[in-house]
Amino acid sequence: MKPRPLHFCLAALALLTLAAICGPYFSPYSVDQISQTRLASPDASHWLGTDLHGRDLLTRLLFGARISLLVGLVGATISLFVGVTYGLISGYLGGRIDNAMMRFVDILYALPRIVLVIVLISLFDLKLKHLLDGTFLAPLASHARLLLLFVGLGLVEWLTLARIVRAQVLSIKERAFVLSARLIGQNTPTILFRQILPQVLPIVLTYLTLALPAVILEESFLSFLGLGVQAPLASWGTLLADGAALLNPIQTPWWLIVFPSVVLAFTLLLLNFLGDQLRKLQK
Amino acid sequence: MISFLLRRILSSIPVALSVIAICFLLVRLAPGSPFSSERALDPATQAMLETKYGLSGSLPNQLFHYASNLLHGDLGDSLKFRGRSVNEIIGQSLPRSLLLGSIAFTLALAFGIPLGAWSAARQGKPSGTFLNGLALLTLSIPTFILAPVTVLLFSFYIRLCPPAGWGSPSQLILPALCLSLPFVGVCARLTRSGLLEVLGADFIRTARAKGVTEPNLVFLHALRPAILPLVAYAGPLAASILTGSLLIEETFAIPGIGQFFVSGVINRDVFLVSGVVLVYCLLLLFFNLVADWLTALLDPRISLSS
Repeated sequence: MKPRPLHFCLAALALLTLAAICGPYFSPYSVDQISQTRLASPDASHWLGTDLHGRDLLTRLLFGARISLLVGLVGATISLFVGVTYGLISGYLGGRIDNAMMRFVDILYALPRIVLVIVLISLFDLKLKHLLDGTFLAPLASHARLLLLFVGLGLVEWLTLARIVRAQVLSIKERAFVLSARLIGQNTPTILFRQILPQVLPIVLTYLTLALPAVILEESFLSFLGLGVQAPLASWGTLLADGAALLNPIQTPWWLIVFPSVVLAFTLLLLNFLGDQLRKLQK
Repeated sequence: MISFLLRRILSSIPVALSVIAICFLLVRLAPGSPFSSERALDPATQAMLETKYGLSGSLPNQLFHYASNLLHGDLGDSLKFRGRSVNEIIGQSLPRSLLLGSIAFTLALAFGIPLGAWSAARQGKPSGTFLNGLALLTLSIPTFILAPVTVLLFSFYIRLCPPAGWGSPSQLILPALCLSLPFVGVCARLTRSGLLEVLGADFIRTARAKGVTEPNLVFLHALRPAILPLVAYAGPLAASILTGSLLIEETFAIPGIGQFFVSGVINRDVFLVSGVVLVYCLLLLFFNLVADWLTALLDPRISLSS
């Protein structure tokens, strides 16, 4: 097989994921290890320098990659499930139900997403913590906020997908094979998920590559504003925010801004490029 | 035309009302009170404050109270910025955001459309691939990266522009650039894909056969139909430039509507948040309406009556 831009892109993404998973184990520093070498510029012992508390930036970036990539993946998957199911049902049932369901999407479109996510997080943060505490999931309780961030971002990202899937279903449901399925007595859920779903899957998977950078972006956006991932955890957004907070005209630790920016922008570029190439293949 | 406008405006009303209702209820349901910051208020004071602002009683009652004020054009008082009404805050901050947003919107179109047209004309050549890559790059760099990096570069290392503030035109340059750059990429890519599709059409081949020169072909014949997807997208684009300015306003310390929105959300300032959301929602509906109208204007095949 001839190497193509697509392959390079996939390889780079795999490398990035691998670095996020394994990288922190190879680092001599732990993620929140405070030291006396504050705001040290990049050198042999701290490859990317240290931050205000003397923590190693490279280690924190690798850790941040875990959270940022995980948020993207989980959020995009949730938006996929919600959006596809919603679009399938709305498109297939048609008529008044379709109308009502799409009006609901219109309303959510007109609401700023960050309000929804913020309210969701602050509304259920404590409740989820108490809920988890009693069960075998207790270790997760301290990360209740993070879990809600995953879910929240997924739940606001599904709108576009629902519209796309619905539009597809509207034309697919008129085709002969759907009629035959109905004639041999298959029930609606079976027709929806066994007959129609495979037809919309290629578009859905391409959309996943659009949703992934969108969710990562939204998480960084919220974290940059101080509303997303909270210390001591770090995501690329919080790292960038920490760097931006130290901006001053006398001496700015440039590495705290440049490295998180480069990593985040590079990842988004890769994901956007991947989506681009996949869409090209579809044509 | 008039019936189209009437129909669209009528169908917008329930959307705007639901958005306001959902927003109001969400902020009221969120934990934390707008009145207490560090220390808790004693219950009597809290109850008095709630009564004063119409936030006592059941949620539907509060919503009804708020809605009836809205019908009189009263958006309520800010709970955090004591003594200032939401009408006043929005009246002062919205023009700043609109100015910043319209500069960024103009920049996005002014750079995005030529960039897209150029990369479509060079399709298949290395320069075309490069230009397309450039568009992808600009749209992959979010505003919150651009903001600190450009401040670092152009305010501190090269002292070209002031790093923050509001008032002089030089303070507008960096925020407007940062706000517009991602959308330059979006516009370029929409123009490019639209143009590529149109350049393959029969009427272009005919024009070329008649001897129309290549620049005239692209700019006089192909651009008008090719720009339709961009026009359809311009409504949401204008709205997202406005909501995107939220972060730019935070970073560059611009007292625009986005900054008040963020502080409103953090402080549970229910009237301020609902008021700003109402403004956002109305702007979005308005921009979509204009986009639909422009689409019909540019493409005679689309009729507004259906």
